[in-house]
Amino acid sequence: MSITVNLPSVLATHAGGVRTLRANGRTLGEAVANVAAQYPALGPRLRDKDGNPYPFVVFYLNDEDVRFRGGFAAPVQDGDEVTVIPAIAGG
Amino acid sequence: MTSTTAPVASRASLSARPLRCRNCGADRAAGPVSICEQCLGPLDPVYEPRRRLPNRKAIAARAPSLWRYKEWLPFDGDPVLSLDSGFTPLVETPALARRLGVTRAWVKNDTVCHPSLSFKDRVVAAAINAAAAFGLDTIGCASTGNLANAVAAHAARAGLKAWIFIPDTLEAAKVIGASVYGPRLVRVRGTYDDVNRLCAQVADRFGWGIVNVNLRGYYGEGSKTVAYEIAEQLGWRLPTAVVAPMAGGSLVTKLHKGFGEFLDAGLVAGAVPRLYGAQASGCAPIVRLVERGGTQLEPEVPNTICRSLAIGNPADGPFAARAMQQSGGWAAAVSDDALVQGIRFLAEDAGVFAETAGGVTAAAALALARDGRLRPEDEVVLCITGHGLKTLEAVSGALPEVPLIAPRLKEVAALVDGNDS
Repeated sequence: MSITVNLPSVLATHAGGVRTLRANGRTLGEAVANVAAQYPALGPRLRDKDGNPYPFVVFYLNDEDVRFRGGFAAPVQDGDEVTVIPAIAGG
Repeated sequence: MTSTTAPVASRASLSARPLRCRNCGADRAAGPVSICEQCLGPLDPVYEPRRRLPNRKAIAARAPSLWRYKEWLPFDGDPVLSLDSGFTPLVETPALARRLGVTRAWVKNDTVCHPSLSFKDRVVAAAINAAAAFGLDTIGCASTGNLANAVAAHAARAGLKAWIFIPDTLEAAKVIGASVYGPRLVRVRGTYDDVNRLCAQVADRFGWGIVNVNLRGYYGEGSKTVAYEIAEQLGWRLPTAVVAPMAGGSLVTKLHKGFGEFLDAGLVAGAVPRLYGAQASGCAPIVRLVERGGTQLEPEVPNTICRSLAIGNPADGPFAARAMQQSGGWAAAVSDDALVQGIRFLAEDAGVFAETAGGVTAAAALALARDGRLRPEDEVVLCITGHGLKTLEAVSGALPEVPLIAPRLKEVAALVDGNDS
């Protein structure tokens, strides 16, 4: 499955300034692993060394917080859009 | 003191403090940024540890605003905007103490915070000075209502542009209470958490000073002044317990920090009060984190009439849980029916008309007392953070019907006799 991944500027600096990436995978976790393989400097900022998400980084799958859909285990489909947002905001 | 409606000093006299990541410790120059480039953790202002601090007498001689504690706020030089916010009354309420079964009880009454009748005036006072220090001409926010009111009011009198984003389900008074100041007010279909995500992207795209996104490190420090004021108004001592509402969780976190800073400065003695956080049962992710233990917050989809606390994905949730645990406190969630009762008994006991978040706080205090977490020897402060006129819908159907009479004495006499037939 080929999906789009949108990065905040604070992370785009670790992907050569690119803010919109393409990634492949059957689940969000696989897609994030694919991004990490393409951009080694970005990978450790998206997931920890065990491949789990950080509390400070939230992934939205087509505008829905992916934690409501199984987290990194959430399946993705061709054309899906993932947006990465720093968690520390609001309140 | 004299109120100001425009900058009163050169903005060149003001600079913001540098930042440091609360998670990984990385340093960052001062700027409109709140996220660590290394780990995406929160950035907090760093204070000069050798700065000269005022004593009690010096503080007491200053103007009655939150800026009397300026050495603990994240700037060098003097503030230039919103000089008159804060220093709200601390109201002792013997009837509330009796209801809770504690020795003494007070309401920290931010329903009369200036200019927009909620504690959000404190955080916006800090954030708008950060915006001034950075030369920003536009501020904004994602808001559940009170912050929208505060940003709109503070921006209007400072002559700044404001972009304010709110969920489409807010109470009418909060929508009107923002739009009257003339900001660009935008209703967003969805929950506060949807609005918040959008604002994270807006801040990233447009470079505005979104007070609770990219100015958040400076903004949050304004909440500490609630703790400083409680300490000073109690006669330079600390209560044993404080109950506060939780939306994003920042207030509880900053109360912990603020009390700790006054202890470190030697202005008060003893220990940080036990901190208790209050949420509505229909949106209580931080309460459930405290009850469950651990550090991993599970987001919720809010379902409560307490819209001002309806944040299902609270940014400071884990930090607030830690502050409550470290202080020996706890957390409590209450139903919508209980929060309406809380609004009523707070008004009847203390003469303070609170919005729904205040009802949550009062009802949670009662629940904590019944559970034995508040004790007979306690001296308790309830942080009441917004005015009841903003959420009239919550209580209008719960109050007794008001009798209607002709202007005749005998009809009053009938009411006095308890016979209005």
